[in-house]
Amino acid sequence: MLATLIIVFREVLEAALIVSIVAAATKGVAGRGRWLGAGILAGLVGASLVAAFASAISNSLEGTGQEIFNASVLFLAVIMLGWHNVWMGSHGRQLATEMKEVGHDVTVGTKPLYALAIVVGAAVMREGSEVVLFLNGIASGGVGNSAMLAGGLLGIAAGGALGFALYFGLLRLSLNMLFRVTGWMILLLAAGMAAQGAKFLVQGGFLPPMGGFMWNTSWLLSESSLIGQTLHTLVGYTARPLPIQAIFYVATLVVIGGLMKIVGDGVSNKAKARNAAAGSVAGD
Amino acid sequence: MLRSLSAKTLLTAMGVVALSFAATAFQPARAAGEMPTFEIHIRDHKFDPANFEVPADTRMKLVVHNDDPTPEEFESHDLFIEKIIPGGSKGIMYVGPLEAGTYHFFGEFNEATAQGDLIAK
Repeated sequence: MLATLIIVFREVLEAALIVSIVAAATKGVAGRGRWLGAGILAGLVGASLVAAFASAISNSLEGTGQEIFNASVLFLAVIMLGWHNVWMGSHGRQLATEMKEVGHDVTVGTKPLYALAIVVGAAVMREGSEVVLFLNGIASGGVGNSAMLAGGLLGIAAGGALGFALYFGLLRLSLNMLFRVTGWMILLLAAGMAAQGAKFLVQGGFLPPMGGFMWNTSWLLSESSLIGQTLHTLVGYTARPLPIQAIFYVATLVVIGGLMKIVGDGVSNKAKARNAAAGSVAGD
Repeated sequence: MLRSLSAKTLLTAMGVVALSFAATAFQPARAAGEMPTFEIHIRDHKFDPANFEVPADTRMKLVVHNDDPTPEEFESHDLFIEKIIPGGSKGIMYVGPLEAGTYHFFGEFNEATAQGDLIAK
């Protein structure tokens, strides 16, 4: 039962952390609960479908279909996270001001919520399908499986609890800080996902590793430890990274970070110009 | 939001990373034809063979056949791979080039019994 609990907990943890960051990043946005709920629900349905067709996916593309599938889902999430951050770069400040002024949830249109619902759905589908496969394997295994299934449910609960802890921890921040912190977290999350996607493409033989492992810090912090795995999800920590992963990681930071900066600067320049035109001396 | 981390810093970091690769030999994703292939079977949640030697500094193909009816997650922190292999299916993975040494792998869904080592020489 304990072994089952730990395995399920590990799978759920990653999705739970992603969902909690996204939920915190959309605080004060009207309709976010509906969108995120829809994302989770779609993710669960997707997870069951992926689990049901696991053999077909696995056996496609000469036995490497799973790698292409995982990488595609990860890259889709990276694009959506990047899009959200760039959008926040141009709307974030205004959003925070408006929220403080009106004192209740503000409407931002469906686009940014749509992107984040996809991120949530992708995370739940990817990790959830492994849980479904695993628990299904136990259920069809016979003896002693009720205790193991109970372990699985406890694992889901434990993973979810950690997600809630992160969410409520983030909510203690002030609104301006919250958007700033979740913006950084989403940027690192996206970079880590891109590196993970690259790993799957190398594993499936679609990308060259471009050399051996760059370093090995598994003696210091193993990815199988709770802290190692949490950092793996949050910032893309990898004990033995491949050079190609570093390229994907840095490229994601540069592209999303660069776009955020360009869009953000454009917005503050416009604001400055407006202030100047109005004869205002208010600073940035 | 990114004021403290300038584009210049990021570009410099990227340049350093890119330069470090220039010195590294470019390994193909999948070499045509003569890539060494190793087959592993999973039976009763155990690997067969559980220990085997592979050539060091070579990119190779691992084919894991899951002969059990239940799914298994073939995983190795040392080799840096993870893959779900449904019952009665096979999974193909590309690994290496590896430095000489021992690389542990395991089945995450049946960690008590599914354990093995790959020795690169």
